[in-house]
Amino acid sequence: MTQLMNENGIRCDGRKIDQLRSVSIKVGVLKNADGSAYIEFGKNKILAGIFGPRDVHPKHMADQDTGILRCRYHMSPFSVTERKNPAPSRREIEISKVIKEALQPAVILKDFPRTVTDVFIEVLQADGGSRCAALDAASVALADAGIPMRDLVAACAAGKVANQIVLDVNDEEDKEGQADMPVAYMPNLSKITLMQLDGILTPTEYKTCLETAIGGCKQVYEIQKKALMEKYFENGGQQ
Amino acid sequence: MMETIKRRYVIPGDVITTGPYRPEQNVYQEGDRIISTSVGISEIYDNAVRVIPLSGMYMPKNNDLVIGKVIGHSSLSWEFDINSCFVGFLPAQDVFGRDYSPTKDELKARLDKGDLVVARIANFDRSRDPLLTIQDRDLGKIESGELIKIAPSKVPRLIGKRGSMIQTIEMATKAMITIGQNGWIVISCEDPVGLLKAIEAVKMVDAQAHTPNLTERVKSMLGVELGENNDTINE
Repeated sequence: MTQLMNENGIRCDGRKIDQLRSVSIKVGVLKNADGSAYIEFGKNKILAGIFGPRDVHPKHMADQDTGILRCRYHMSPFSVTERKNPAPSRREIEISKVIKEALQPAVILKDFPRTVTDVFIEVLQADGGSRCAALDAASVALADAGIPMRDLVAACAAGKVANQIVLDVNDEEDKEGQADMPVAYMPNLSKITLMQLDGILTPTEYKTCLETAIGGCKQVYEIQKKALMEKYFENGGQQ
Repeated sequence: MMETIKRRYVIPGDVITTGPYRPEQNVYQEGDRIISTSVGISEIYDNAVRVIPLSGMYMPKNNDLVIGKVIGHSSLSWEFDINSCFVGFLPAQDVFGRDYSPTKDELKARLDKGDLVVARIANFDRSRDPLLTIQDRDLGKIESGELIKIAPSKVPRLIGKRGSMIQTIEMATKAMITIGQNGWIVISCEDPVGLLKAIEAVKMVDAQAHTPNLTERVKSMLGVELGENNDTINE
């Protein structure tokens, strides 16, 4: 087993316990999609494309009262070290569902009855915490598509590694660590839209872990905001 | 009046203001906070708050003039792509008159797939797809011209205050410009140079819609003397 943290509290990839991996977001990278975003979250490389609102197919899924949201999270065969079968796996179906449910409270689709908004997420390279990174990209892409939203959704994980609560667990820490907690958060409304926990935490650890994750979400939010401002306003929104 | 409007760049979730304001387009109220729902420019005026979006699709409104493209037809109506999430319907009676009969009249003969039409939205509500009409002056099939697509949210800027921007472009290039509220624009001009200039001007407005002094820049691009609305072209 690799050493996940040295005696100085430095993690296996050289970060401190409360340090985020480097995050960069680019908005509007796909010409054919109505909205899109590309995120690099550490070694994660993820593309998100939005189509819609548009006609629902199959027709029976349409809702007369409101628009619906569909989401597909997919990992490319080359996104991991051993080739991944491109067919949707159990894990991908689950992540598609939780991402959809994490975005649902943010989008306002009441004005688009009988339509669907499709969110396509393609993981080009995976490095742990890809569901959070995917959510970050998807929410920026939704804003780029002009879908009305209550707030952006920022997501970040926290976890327990070598008996310490750490921010933003990477692939190695996820596999060898003691707990992993992805959290999605709407920063302006202070509302959590996704919270999963894999591992065992004591009540106090749970509390600090959640607070750490929310702190990470707020950092990610600033990056999302900057990315959108840069795309839409000449001087990056300086006024 | 311009001075009383407060503008700001916002993204979804940004709190524009707090207090007793009236929420209008693209904002919502959460407690006493007024929050934006789109990427755009927020405006506060007369106790009302709204956001002019910089992205997003066209939302049909009654009485809007739109440009649509025929994407197909049934025996009773045509279907139009109107650059929206909804498909526009044009009933056959609207074209053939009340005595239209599916056995006698051929819809294809009047409007075929790919044809462009200037139409007005006769009726739209959330329970039904938008109903179009071409029963009016200046409506109907477009025979010639160049189709330009811009963001629907920038159409008001292209028209300008009381049509000032569009008049400037039309006068300087001698072009005929038909603007659909859905962001589709047809430009026709006998002079190919004027046509290219008009297209360039429209694209310029699309790209720089939210920047100040745009009319001045469009004028200088078109070679119109600044400060006056004349129709001479300085070569």
